[in-house]
Amino acid sequence: MESFIELGQYILQNLINALQRGSFYAVISIGYSMVYGVLMLFNFAHGDIFMVGTYIGFGIATLFLALFAGFLPGPLIFLATVIITMFLASWVGVFVEVAGYRPLRSAPRASAAITGLMIGIIFETGILILLGAKRLSFPPLMESIAYNIGGIYFTNVKVMIIVISLLLMIAVHTFIQKTKWGMAMRAMSYDFLAVPLMGVSINIIAPLTFAVGAGLAAVAGILYGQAYPILDPYMGVIVGWKAFVAAILGGRGSIKGAALAGYLIGFIEIFVATIFPSTLRDLIAYSIILLILTFRPRGFFGMEHSTKLRL
Amino acid sequence: MRKIACLVVVAFAFAMMFTPSAFSARKTIIKIGINAPMTGDIPKVGEGSKFAALLWLEDIEKAGGLEVGGKKYEVELVIEDNESKAESAVKANMKMITQDDVLAIVGPQSSKQAIPAGEVANKYKTVMISPWSTNPSTTLDRPYVFRGCFLDPFQGPVVANFITDEFGFTKAAVLYDVASDYPKGLAEVFKEAWEKKNGAGSIVAYESFTTKDTDFSSQLTKIVKSGAQVLFTPQYYNEVPLIVRQAKDLGWKGPIVGSDSWGSAETVELCGKACYGLYFSSHYAAAGAKGATKVFIDRYTKAYGYVPDDVAALTWDALRLTQQAIQDAGKITGKIEKDRIAVKDALANIKNFAGITGNMTFTTEGDPIKCAVIVKINDSGEYEFYKSSCP
Repeated sequence: MESFIELGQYILQNLINALQRGSFYAVISIGYSMVYGVLMLFNFAHGDIFMVGTYIGFGIATLFLALFAGFLPGPLIFLATVIITMFLASWVGVFVEVAGYRPLRSAPRASAAITGLMIGIIFETGILILLGAKRLSFPPLMESIAYNIGGIYFTNVKVMIIVISLLLMIAVHTFIQKTKWGMAMRAMSYDFLAVPLMGVSINIIAPLTFAVGAGLAAVAGILYGQAYPILDPYMGVIVGWKAFVAAILGGRGSIKGAALAGYLIGFIEIFVATIFPSTLRDLIAYSIILLILTFRPRGFFGMEHSTKLRL
Repeated sequence: MRKIACLVVVAFAFAMMFTPSAFSARKTIIKIGINAPMTGDIPKVGEGSKFAALLWLEDIEKAGGLEVGGKKYEVELVIEDNESKAESAVKANMKMITQDDVLAIVGPQSSKQAIPAGEVANKYKTVMISPWSTNPSTTLDRPYVFRGCFLDPFQGPVVANFITDEFGFTKAAVLYDVASDYPKGLAEVFKEAWEKKNGAGSIVAYESFTTKDTDFSSQLTKIVKSGAQVLFTPQYYNEVPLIVRQAKDLGWKGPIVGSDSWGSAETVELCGKACYGLYFSSHYAAAGAKGATKVFIDRYTKAYGYVPDDVAALTWDALRLTQQAIQDAGKITGKIEKDRIAVKDALANIKNFAGITGNMTFTTEGDPIKCAVIVKINDSGEYEFYKSSCP
């Protein structure tokens, strides 16, 4: 009986671990999916946009804490950091679209596909030159309080990460489903030839998509900084890859799918490491994903027409 | 025909670019290569190596050059970035040996780079001293490769003994990076030493991750559940803060013990209060140092604004050893291959060298016999001497 409770605790504990990890993959993978929906291209710079967003968040957070700590309440500083970082990072997204993707819109697909990789490398080395190779420590925006409820340990930071990620995803979903801009994006992903003829310019929708994706990635970056407070210029690479896997697994262009797959990858990673020796974690975790893709080549919510039409 | 002529000209131009010494005046300059991680995962280690080397060069220049056999020679440092990658470290060594004509190489620092780079140095018969690499393979069967520190087979038992003596624990957990030579090697040695002391099965959790992972929650949850009393994690300063914090968040109450890779000046800066009161094995402790060690610490602190870590101190010793060996070699003939062999022979013969990290005499493998210290991170975040352990 007791071992039963222990096992339950163990599973619940790992469930929380997985929710936190999955939140990052989910929020970041949405950025991949949205861009794919509109441009039919994966923005391989997205992992590095996430990295740049984290650095911006780091800068804003450090600034605000230096200016306002003490006489403004912590949550307000946090909120201000999030909003301003989102705003600034959106412009990074716009920049990537305008400088990297727009000039190559009519170029062969392979050329357009690798621009993201190049922009990513430019960001990485740019930050490296600008700030040096020194690791930076993201300042805590709220004091971490550890709770122990029935043998399950969690912190307020963890809860916050999970809740904010969910709220963000709901917000994006609403934006895409309920607003005029969202409708334009959906229309664009349905038929990118006819929609511009109706007066919706790709030159507005595409940067908007990049901006929303980058804004999301930047919030993920701030949350990431709270959970794993060590910043380095290459931090976006691995996270970016895994979020990219999530975007494919969810079904190319599907936001719901990307979010779901992001959580799934988090769960698979954590539970594989729990059950098997942790040395084999990525080997087993990604074999499982490969297996899923073998049976569902289009991912969870991938639409058939997109493959017929463009790729 | 014109194409071929063009090619010849281009090839010639390239050759000129890369072999400046072949055409310039014949003045012998002693070149020392520094192979260090200036960027990549552990840039602070590279910075410490570079700063220590610059201090050393300053001394040489103040003396008007390096005196060998009654003649003073100009010394030049060739500092190459190995990006904390094995393949870049190999490339850096290749370049320094074949293009820059260095007399000796100091570095690379971590075993991950030092093991493959040592292969190159040995093949091209050039002395290489790795100040910080503790993995046995670095110098094994390589007469041209030396090191400035103790080895993991020594360090592992030191840590295991310390934990047993200090806390009386019998159950330990290990968390290490399986993709990096140093943590992997040391984790294995520690496991062996611990199990020898406390019996088979006394390592209750032996968990790993791969380089660049940031989330250790599933491994740490396993470790917490395993009932381990102490956690040993031989990781670098960019991972230690994450491991320590996540462990505490997941309900870990016991001590966390580390190895000499914790010694970087950055560990405490990144980790903050979470790391206070933890222990690790190291090469020297800055707080409370005396004599030549203190002179070096004060000079370094004055010049660069922070207390030098073990890497800086070991690099300093490695350079002083190189200097000693060059001077012992007696003369510089200007024939680089011959001089390199002479330096190697001289280095192998150095006895009782008084370094700032302890006295050193090389074994036939090129490993010094020296003491380890257990350092405690005190309540103001300094690395304080706690205990010393000698072979």
